[in-house]
Amino acid sequence: MQEIPQSLSLAVALITSLDSTLLSIAGLSLRVSAIAVLAAALLALPFGAWLALARFPGRQAVIAVLNGMMGLPPVVVGLLIYLLLSRAGPLGTFGLLFTPAAMMIAQALLIFPIIAALARQVIEDAWSEYREQLVSLNASRFQCTRALLWDTRFTLSTSVLAGFGRAIAEVGAVMIVGGNIDGVTRVMTTAIALETSKGDLPLALALGVVLMSMVIAINLAAQWVKSTAMKKHG
Amino acid sequence: MADAKILPLSVEGLGYRAGDISVLDGATFDLAPGSRNIVLGPNGAGKSVLLRLLHGLLKPSAGHVNWSNPDALAVRRAQAMVFQRPVMLRRTARENIEFALHVSGVRNIRTAADLALERAGLIRLAERPARLCSGGEQQRIALARAWALQPEVLFLDEPTASLDPAATKIIEESVQAMHRGGTTIVMTTHDLGQAKRLADRVLFLNHGRLVEDAPAAAFFAQPTSPEAAAFMRGELLW
Repeated sequence: MQEIPQSLSLAVALITSLDSTLLSIAGLSLRVSAIAVLAAALLALPFGAWLALARFPGRQAVIAVLNGMMGLPPVVVGLLIYLLLSRAGPLGTFGLLFTPAAMMIAQALLIFPIIAALARQVIEDAWSEYREQLVSLNASRFQCTRALLWDTRFTLSTSVLAGFGRAIAEVGAVMIVGGNIDGVTRVMTTAIALETSKGDLPLALALGVVLMSMVIAINLAAQWVKSTAMKKHG
Repeated sequence: MADAKILPLSVEGLGYRAGDISVLDGATFDLAPGSRNIVLGPNGAGKSVLLRLLHGLLKPSAGHVNWSNPDALAVRRAQAMVFQRPVMLRRTARENIEFALHVSGVRNIRTAADLALERAGLIRLAERPARLCSGGEQQRIALARAWALQPEVLFLDEPTASLDPAATKIIEESVQAMHRGGTTIVMTTHDLGQAKRLADRVLFLNHGRLVEDAPAAAFFAQPTSPEAAAFMRGELLW
């Protein structure tokens, strides 16, 4: 194993030289996680809003299950998607296993509860403030939902980015359904795990630095967007 | 203003319970078109609950609210309410009014919203985010939003409770203007001066009971109930 300082300097060299392997892996990570987040958010935000406003028997149980699913073990989700997409599985005919699409599905499933549960809480809080006014204006349930989603958009963007943070940092599920195939399904987290096990620390460290930078940058951007928007729109 | 009129209103034995506590008990009165009705009483008398029951935001535990029009949608659309704390959507003042017009199915919402803002003297605030406006401005936007809907009945729940005298005066002038336009006013307050300035009729509540229902002049000249007389003298009610 190379010395840590030497590995670090090699990692910095890989980043500053824009190493093609590094860029390819980071690019695939971003693509997979971005699409997974987009798909999850498109479903989770309306679902969270619906759950915030709906009243039905068993609602508290649904909320408890949803909140509990925020801590879904990634390997369990990976296994579930593997079973669904494997050749013998119900969705095997689509041939998605060990493709980026399978990784997107796994990540989307993982982060759906996170976005939906956070959205539910945010929108329910807003609903308690807006309810009488919106009912007084005779807004339909659909109009209320749309208004609440729009008015909480800055806070909801934080929920979505929390989902993105979880997706891009996830390793267990994408390893199982993606297979960590070089140039095809190798993303930052699976590459870090592989290179570390091989003892190739420079690439692992470089990917680690890029991954951390992305997560921190996204969170900083989220905070900036939220605080700027709140100052501008109240 | 909606074509299908919903007044007069007949309220019979209206009651509301929150758990074991009776918040409103057996209120019975009528509401005629074009009147300015002030619901007066100390804090906790049940004024806000009465307004919410009339406006349909709460379901009564007892009694009935009988509008003269049997069409529930027409009844809903012929009313508007301004709350003690204005609820502004996170958008501009104009867009707040446009939203109300949009959900009411009004066409040409931009024109109607600008008309409402001009009428309320708020056109300069049209593009300002409503939540960044002062408390008084937000309440005026809320009133302009209600005005834009041209309701037959306007409910106001202590709309000036947290405003300074200047903002209170502007709100009262807008309420008067809406009344002159044909809107029936039902407003709660515990401010005797405001009640004297605005009321044609006073409904005095205490401990959830409608203690007195009288023309404003008669009420202020000589209240018939001991509770109302004590309230007028500024005494603490029992």
